[in-house]
Amino acid sequence: MGERRKSRNELGPPGRGLSLKKRLSLGALVALGASLVLPGAASAQGQGIGALTDELNITWVMVACVLVLLMQAGFLLLEIGFSRQKNVGAGVAKIFVNLSIATIAWWSVGFGISSLTGNDFFGTDGFFFHNNQEIGGGADAFIVGGADAALMLFGMLFCAVSLAIVWGTTLERIKFSAYVIYAVVFAALIYPLVAHAVYGGGLLADIAGKPVMDFAGSSVVHLTGAVGGLAALLLLGARSGKYGPDGKARAIPGHSMPLVGLGVLLLWVGWYGFNAGSTFGTTDNFFAQVALNTQLAASAGALVALGVIYLKTKSLDVGMAGNGAIAGLVGITAPSGYVEFWAAPIIGAVAGVVVVYGVLFIEKHLDDPVGALSAHGLAGIWGTISVGLFASPRLILDGAAPGVYYGITDGELAPSLGQLAVQAIGVIATFAFVFAASYAVFAAIKATIGLRVSEDEELAGLDISSHGMYGYPEAFIPQEEYPGSTVQPHVAGTPVVTNAASTPPAAPEKEVTA
Amino acid sequence: MKKIEAFIRHEAFEPIRSELLEKGFPSLSIGEVKGSGRQKGIVEHYRGSTLTVNVRPKLKIEVVVEDKDKSLVVETILKHARTGDVGDGKIFVIPVEEAIRIRTGEEGDAVLQAHSEAEIAA
Repeated sequence: MGERRKSRNELGPPGRGLSLKKRLSLGALVALGASLVLPGAASAQGQGIGALTDELNITWVMVACVLVLLMQAGFLLLEIGFSRQKNVGAGVAKIFVNLSIATIAWWSVGFGISSLTGNDFFGTDGFFFHNNQEIGGGADAFIVGGADAALMLFGMLFCAVSLAIVWGTTLERIKFSAYVIYAVVFAALIYPLVAHAVYGGGLLADIAGKPVMDFAGSSVVHLTGAVGGLAALLLLGARSGKYGPDGKARAIPGHSMPLVGLGVLLLWVGWYGFNAGSTFGTTDNFFAQVALNTQLAASAGALVALGVIYLKTKSLDVGMAGNGAIAGLVGITAPSGYVEFWAAPIIGAVAGVVVVYGVLFIEKHLDDPVGALSAHGLAGIWGTISVGLFASPRLILDGAAPGVYYGITDGELAPSLGQLAVQAIGVIATFAFVFAASYAVFAAIKATIGLRVSEDEELAGLDISSHGMYGYPEAFIPQEEYPGSTVQPHVAGTPVVTNAASTPPAAPEKEVTA
Repeated sequence: MKKIEAFIRHEAFEPIRSELLEKGFPSLSIGEVKGSGRQKGIVEHYRGSTLTVNVRPKLKIEVVVEDKDKSLVVETILKHARTGDVGDGKIFVIPVEEAIRIRTGEEGDAVLQAHSEAEIAA
């Protein structure tokens, strides 16, 4: 284990232990989990208050796992709502397949790559995660137990969230096989490498003595997903008809704003697990403070985005309000465990401004149907940077400097500016690595099996062309051809041509005779 | 006067509409229709079972023009609606006896005149 990594015994001042554990990492968690369980679990009768506390902590992690899993439903409905009716089924199949691939890939390979063991670039222990597995070496080695499963699962679901973000830019035209291939590489290598760099004691955990502070993953999870989406989009191109002959962008309205709204709210709820769960415990009830920060930023983001788009277009844009809430949530993800309550609405509000101008600008050049590049990418960058502006001295990581705000008020500006630079380096490094790796994978897919469906398939819709069925069959199949339909075409004097077996008794005739 | 009724693929509509507008024929109606022809139906797969849908969605355009303009409109439709594959659709030309503009009560070819620039702006 490298000297830059804290050992289990150096988790920080007493009383803040578990919330500090997060600061170690998703990878480090395993080590922490082991330390929680091993001493007490040996004897059921010997459980003291310490063991119960550990179990309470892990209980909160498991609740948070469920909330983070719920975010998949949020992504599903958000993407489907922003799609046209002919492409809704494809979104459903995609979520199931991607979530499942992320699960298997993370369990077998990804977790090991991300873990705290190994070198600056990747972890080397924890592949095919199993009970009684020995992870790490020397004094820091530990044996996998139940608590480790909870922490490993939490990291897995983060990986699945990051992967889900990738596809927002690719809706309505990408080949299904591209989902599958990229998902394997992303969940087994790309995301784990980024997670290792920041949370696993890798390169970004120590830049000239300062760590990149990203509490729950504005950069690690959200920027990573959005950059993967950018790489895909550049190779994929816009949806047919998005840009007119004059080159101007045209709206391709999604089919259901209620589904978009439900998706945003499910994500919003899920974010309580995402951010507040990243405390990895209930110590000092710190997780509630993180949740309040999250709530404040989301609300500020929604309000400000709605206000800005109203000033720009004089319309109270429904979709943009949703994008604003997501941007606020993404923005507060990195600072949620490092800032005071007053900073959260400021961070969310700036994210709300960023997302609107981002969408309006990107729309002119790139076809991003759900606004993922702005809501997850630009807001993710802002969130990571904002830690360098607002991080509170009482909450920061060991070795880090407080935000520039405190640098100014306390008269020690230089270290704060240094921390701000470290945050920026974190963003740039994440962007560069994820973009290069993702672009290579998508370029390889494009060169071999192709990235995009044919023009005919795109026009017909992915539901019928890729999946052989309609997401909303009754919108596409005439009632007359729908089995069990009560509407039977009948022209006087001609026999009704239909499948007799599936036709209900001729009710009208009875009425006539009655 | 002739009524031109064309059954076309959806994607052909936008170029036809903009070219007709450019050439001074802003007035037309469309309808979503479903029909069958030489193009095969669609087989829907649903959790292991199948359902054959024998009719496909098409777009019907209706334009009424003076006799002399008939060929121009037909050619415009042919130009944009033809892909060369089965399923491009058909055009029917039907004689029209009378035309009356409801707002003014005008009758005859005057009803078919293009609107002034101001009226069709945007």
